[in-house]
Amino acid sequence: MPKIKMPKGTPSIDMTPMVDLAFLLVTFFMLTASFRTAEPVTVETPSSISDKIIPENVLMVTLDKDGRVFFNLSDPEARKEMLNEMLQKYKIGLTEEKIEEFSFMSTFGCTMQELPAYMNTEAAKRASFPTQGIPTDSTKNELLDWLSFAATAAGNTGRTAFEKAKLKGGEPKMEDFKPKFILRVDSKTLYKDAQTVIDVFRELNLNNLNFVTSAEAIPVN
Amino acid sequence: MAQIAESGGGDHGKGKKRAKKGSTHVDMTPMVDLAFLLLTFFVLTSTFSKPKVMPLAYPAKPKVNDPIPPKANNVTTFILADDKVYYYRGEFYPKSRPGENGPTELSEANFGSGENSVRKLLASWNEYVIKNKAELDKKLDKKQIADSTYENRLNKLTVEREAVKVLIKTDDKALCKSFIDLVDELKIASIGVIAPTELSAGEKELLKAKN
Repeated sequence: MPKIKMPKGTPSIDMTPMVDLAFLLVTFFMLTASFRTAEPVTVETPSSISDKIIPENVLMVTLDKDGRVFFNLSDPEARKEMLNEMLQKYKIGLTEEKIEEFSFMSTFGCTMQELPAYMNTEAAKRASFPTQGIPTDSTKNELLDWLSFAATAAGNTGRTAFEKAKLKGGEPKMEDFKPKFILRVDSKTLYKDAQTVIDVFRELNLNNLNFVTSAEAIPVN
Repeated sequence: MAQIAESGGGDHGKGKKRAKKGSTHVDMTPMVDLAFLLLTFFVLTSTFSKPKVMPLAYPAKPKVNDPIPPKANNVTTFILADDKVYYYRGEFYPKSRPGENGPTELSEANFGSGENSVRKLLASWNEYVIKNKAELDKKLDKKQIADSTYENRLNKLTVEREAVKVLIKTDDKALCKSFIDLVDELKIASIGVIAPTELSAGEKELLKAKN
């Protein structure tokens, strides 16, 4: 019997279609990806059937599962205004550079006393900054101050954005530019802890709150 | 491997310069490696489901000289304690002052979809609103009414006499998850009036007796 000869040399495969596909997918994912900004806390939100997406101009209070309070204001300009007011009220100094950096940060959580140290920590290490979060007790309610300054500042920037949109034409609704108040709680947070934060909101007469939830299918009967 | 061979530039003048024959074969492996590396990176880091928000209006803080609010009809109170859900319908009657059907007792419910689940209970209590809402939905689908009219009618419907209104009370150990689950169930049953409030002393006693 004659031996079957194996073909010599390496068989060459045309990889072009595969490469095409790979790059197509890369492009797709690159363009659709929205990156999460680094957050100092990880929160697992409960799920609901709501399909409203998070609005643009928001004040967000985050509660982790130990009940620590964190805060975020989406608009950089309003953040700067809010921080300046807070620094003045608590008589704490920060360099111009750090104020600028603060205005582009996301969620933060520390007492006003800790703020200079918090800002001097490297951005990557802030997640492990030892803190109890923003105090909410009735004797030293810093969250109340953050919220009230933030609400005013975000209201102002919202109004200017509205005026701008009006000049551009179309019929913008003022409602879309008003700051929204969002509460992000972990599934395992005690409701009691959330209630202290909610009471702070209510103290400022901000009664329309939104809870962050992950999507869930609507049950069919 | 991936270089393109170049001929030495020494032989000028010897006839015409000729284009090289045959294809210059470029090894694509590194490029493919890179492409797949990027692909994997983007697949793993991209988040698809954007978080959603669930709106919930809290009652305003009571002021000193507020008038006493009128009693609402058809109120159901849910009490979240630890990981359990209790409810009672109508007003609260303590043992010392029992109502027509005796003192109030707490019944237990659950978050499943079977017997005694919050969903089933709400669906039967709030049938009136659910039925009317289905009609409105139909009209909206057929474009017989505008979006704004639909919303107005729906808002009116949820405060009608027959519509169920809900009070949510929580004890110290209740988790946010059960609170949100409950509000979610209320929204599924299209209940429009939801008010989270504090436990009263009488309810606390009943809870203690349950545990």
